[in-house]
Amino acid sequence: MTDVTRLSAAELADALAAGEVSSVEATQAHLDRIAAVDGDVHAFLHVSADDALATARDVDARRAAGEQLHALAGVPVAVKDVVVTKGMPTTAGSKILEGWVPPYDATLVERLRAAGLPILGKTNMDEFAMGSSTEHSAFGNTKNPWDLDRIPGGSGGGSAAAVAAFEAPLAIGTDTGGSIRQPGAVTGTVGVKPTYGGVSRYGLIAMASSLDQAGPVTRTVLDAALLHEVIGGHDPHDSTSIPEPLPALVEAARQGAGQDLSGVRVGVVRELTGEGYQPGVQARFDESLELLRGMGAEIVEVSCPSFEYALAAYYLIMPSEASSNLAKFDGMRFGLRVEPAEGPVTAERVMAATRGAGFGDEVKRRIILGTYALSAGYYDAYYGSAQKVRTLIQRDFAASFAQADVLVSPTAPTTAFRFGEKLDDPLAMYLNDVATIPANLAGVPGISVPNGLSDDKLPVGFQILAPAKADDRLYRVGAALEAALEKQWGGPLLAQAPELG
Amino acid sequence: MTTLTADLVDYADAVRRYDPVLGIEVHVELGTRTKMFDGAEASFGADPNTQTTPVSLGLPGALPVVNGKAVEYAIRIGLALNCEIAETCRFARKNYFYPDVPKNFQTSQYDEPIAHDGWVDVELEDGTVFRVEIERAHMEEDAGKNTHVGGATGRIHGAEYSLVDYNRAGIPLVEIVTRPIEGAGERAPEVARAYVQTLRDIFRALEVSEARMERGNVRADVNVSLRPSPDAPLGTRTETKNVNSFRSVERAVRYEISRQAAVLDAGAAVVQETRHFHEDTGSTSSGRVKSDAEDYRYFPEPDLVPVAPSREWVEEIRAALPELPAARRRRLQGEWGYADAEMRDVVNAGALDLIEATVAAGASPAAARKWWMGELARHAKQAEISLEEVAITPAQIAQLQSLVDAGRINDKLARQVLEGVLAGEGDPEQVVVARGLEVVSDDGALLAAVDEALAAQPDVVEKVRGGNLGPVGAIIGAVMKATKGQADAKRVRELVLERIQG
Repeated sequence: MTDVTRLSAAELADALAAGEVSSVEATQAHLDRIAAVDGDVHAFLHVSADDALATARDVDARRAAGEQLHALAGVPVAVKDVVVTKGMPTTAGSKILEGWVPPYDATLVERLRAAGLPILGKTNMDEFAMGSSTEHSAFGNTKNPWDLDRIPGGSGGGSAAAVAAFEAPLAIGTDTGGSIRQPGAVTGTVGVKPTYGGVSRYGLIAMASSLDQAGPVTRTVLDAALLHEVIGGHDPHDSTSIPEPLPALVEAARQGAGQDLSGVRVGVVRELTGEGYQPGVQARFDESLELLRGMGAEIVEVSCPSFEYALAAYYLIMPSEASSNLAKFDGMRFGLRVEPAEGPVTAERVMAATRGAGFGDEVKRRIILGTYALSAGYYDAYYGSAQKVRTLIQRDFAASFAQADVLVSPTAPTTAFRFGEKLDDPLAMYLNDVATIPANLAGVPGISVPNGLSDDKLPVGFQILAPAKADDRLYRVGAALEAALEKQWGGPLLAQAPELG
Repeated sequence: MTTLTADLVDYADAVRRYDPVLGIEVHVELGTRTKMFDGAEASFGADPNTQTTPVSLGLPGALPVVNGKAVEYAIRIGLALNCEIAETCRFARKNYFYPDVPKNFQTSQYDEPIAHDGWVDVELEDGTVFRVEIERAHMEEDAGKNTHVGGATGRIHGAEYSLVDYNRAGIPLVEIVTRPIEGAGERAPEVARAYVQTLRDIFRALEVSEARMERGNVRADVNVSLRPSPDAPLGTRTETKNVNSFRSVERAVRYEISRQAAVLDAGAAVVQETRHFHEDTGSTSSGRVKSDAEDYRYFPEPDLVPVAPSREWVEEIRAALPELPAARRRRLQGEWGYADAEMRDVVNAGALDLIEATVAAGASPAAARKWWMGELARHAKQAEISLEEVAITPAQIAQLQSLVDAGRINDKLARQVLEGVLAGEGDPEQVVVARGLEVVSDDGALLAAVDEALAAQPDVVEKVRGGNLGPVGAIIGAVMKATKGQADAKRVRELVLERIQG
C-alpha cells in the first residue's frame, strides 16, 4: 500500500470502500503526518485526534456491518477555526476566544459528521478571517509548504497549507474576499467559493454576513465537488440559504475530466489581467487559456468596468458589517474577560478592556473603519455608495455572463510573498484580493485551480467564475483544465513541492 | 444628575398657558410560542437563562430566522390600527453596547416598518372620541432582563453586581409609534391613558398578546412637549420611559406638563432627555441626555432577507380579524338597548365582559346591568377589588335572576342569596335551600300571619274598611316581619284586602 496521505480524497474513498485500508488507518496516517510536519507548517491550532479516531472507528464498524455509507465516509477533513465545533475549541484565530468551547456544531460540521468524515482538527487563519497571509493570527503564522519563509495565503492559510502538506486530504475554508481561493493559488491547491447561500453560514463566526461563504479546500477538482456536495444545500437555520437543490457538481467534475469543452464560452475579464500581475502569473494564465481553447472552448474578452471600484467598496461594506458582527465579543458571556487594571469594574469598562486586550491590530483597524463608515452623516457617503457600487458590479457580471458561460482571471496577482513583506502596508496586502473580491460582492461562485509554477518556482492559480447557482460550471471547466495540465506535468503539481521534515 | 426639586406649575394653570403635544411609543410583547428569531420558548416565568438557544444568547456563528407567526401578529396589529402593510420591508441592526443585548445590537426595523400610516379612535370616559394618528408599527426583539444586586434602589447606580436573564432576549415585540398628538389640551393626560388602554384592549381582542401591564407585556414611552399656543412650532420634548400602568401614563403626562411649564416660566429651556417615572411620588426624574452623539449606526440586517407579505396573505389576515373593542361596544349597546351614559358607565367600570357573559347565561341585559353595576359594584368597592375579582360568576348571577323572575325569591331575598354566594356557600339554588330563603307562597301559612296582624291592629282595619287604603302598608309590614321577609308582598296585600273587605 502506498502512503495513504498522498491519495486524493476520491482515491482514498475508493480504497476505503474496497477494504484496502480502514478509516482508522487513514485517519491515524494523517495524524502521524501532522505530528511529523506541523511543527514546521503550523497549519493546525487544535488537533482533535480522539474525536477523529472515534468517528473513524464508527465508520469502520458500520462499513463492516454492511451499512450503506456516504462516498466520503471515513475520509478525514480539517476545519478552519472560524467554524464552530461542539466540544472542540474554536478561536477564529483570536485571543478573545481563546479557550472557548462551543456548545453547538455549525450546520456544515453536522453534515460532515453525518456523512462520517473524521475531523482532524481546526486550522489556523488570520484573526476573524481578516488578512491574506495568516500573519494576523493571534497564534503564529502558518508556513507555505512550498517555502517555509513564505505566506500560505489567507485568511484560510491553515486549511490550504494542511492540504498542500498532505496533513489532510480535505479541508473547509471560508471566503469573504478570497480567503479560500487566494490561499489555494499560492499553495498549489484547489479552493472553491460556492454561490452565496449555497453552503449554510449557520455556525460560521461572521466577518461580513453578506459576503462570507464556506467552501472546500482540496488537492483535486473532483475532491472539491465531492466535499461541496456534503456541506452544501438548503439550511432552514440560515435565512440567506438557497432553497433550491445544488446542481450536480460531482457529475460536472467527472464530465470535465473528459477534456471536452466544445460549446463552452470562456470570458477573459480585461480588468483582471495585464498590469499589476506578476509576469509568471500572467504567462501561466495565457498558457492555460490556450489549453482551454485546445479542448474546444471559445475564448472571448469581456469588460467589467466597475471592478475598478470593487476593492474600495469591499473595504467599506466588509468593515461595516464586521464592526457590528464583532460587537458581541465583549467578555460578558463567553471567551476572554479582562477587567480594567485600575478604577471601577463596570460592564462598559470590562467590555473596553476585553476588546482592547483581545483583538489584534488588523481587527481593530477594520472595526474602527466600519464604525466610522456607518456613522450618522457618513452612512450615505460610505456604506450607501459602496452598496451602489455593489449593484454596478452585479450588473457587470450579468452583462458578461450574457457573453460567456464562465469568466476567468489569475486568482492572485503574485505568488506567495515573504513573511513581513506587506505587514506594514495594509493597502498592498489588500490588493492581493483584487481579483477575488468581485465574486463576493456579487455572490457568484468561483474556483482557483493550480495552473503551474511562476518563474520563482512557486505555484500560481487560475480563477474561474460562474453565474450564481451555476457552480457546476466551475467544476466542469476546472476539471478539464486540471486534466490537461496534469497530462503536461505528468502528475499533480504538488508532486513538485519540496519534501517536508 | 437627578433633580427632584418640586418646581411645578399648578396643572390647570399650566394647560391654560401652554399647549401640550404628546407622542407615545407602545411596545407589546407578542404571545408567540417561540422567539422572534429562534426556536427558544417565549413563555413567561421560567428559571433564568433556561429559554435560550445559541441565537438568543448571541453566540458566535448563530444566525436569526424570522418567526412567521410574529409577522402575522404584527400585520394583525397593523390592520387593526388602520395601517398600510408594507409590500416589502427589512430588518435593521441598531448597534449599541449593553449587557442585556446579547449581540450588542438589537435587530429591529428602521426605515422600513411592516406597518405605517394608520389611526385609532380613542374613547374618553365622557364618551368623547379622539383620533390618534399612527406613524408606524414595527417589529423588533426584546432585550434580556437586568437585575442589579446590592444597591439600595435596585437601579444600577450603587449596585455591587448585575445579573442578566436572557429568557426575555429575543421575545418578539411590536412597537407602535404615534404621530404628534395635538389638540388634546387639558385632557392630554386622559388621552394618553385612554390611548394606551385602547391599544391594550385591541391586543387582547386580536389575541396577539396577553397584554398584561403588570408583567410588562405592554410598556409605554411617553413624549411630552409644551408650546405657547397650538400654532407655535413644537417645543422640546422629553421621553419618559417604561411607564407600565394606565394610571402611571396619565400621571407621568400630568407631571411633565407641570414640570415643563415651570422650566419655561423660569425662562429656561426644556432639556431633551429620557426621564424615569416614579410610582411612589408620581414624579419623573432625569435619565440620560439625548443628543446627536447617540448614534445607533443602523444598517440593513444582512443575515435576514426582506419580509414581503403577499397581498393575498394580508387580505386573509384582514378577513380573519376578530371584532375590535370599539365595534363590539357599539354592537352590544345596540343589542342591549343601553343609553349612552349607561354604556359608558359599564365600560368604565370594566363590566362589559361580565355583563356579556351574564346575558349569554340567560339574564336580561337590564338585569345583568342592575346586578353588576349595583350590588356587585358596591361590594367590589367596599372590598377594594375589581369587578372581575368578585367571587361570583356571570352564570351564578343569571341563575339568581332566574330565581327572582320565577317568583321563588324576591329582591330582598335575592340580596341575601347573593351574600351567601359571595361567602362561598355555593350556587344561588344551593344557598336558597341551605338558608331556607324561598318565598312563602302557601296561602294557608300566610293567612295565619295575616289574621294575627289584623287582630293586632283593629284601628287600621277600621280605617281600611272605611275606604282609606293608605294604612294597609302597616298590616303588610307586620306580615312580612312575621314571615322574615319570605312572603311574596304582592300576595300578602291581596290576602289582607280580601280579609278586610271580604
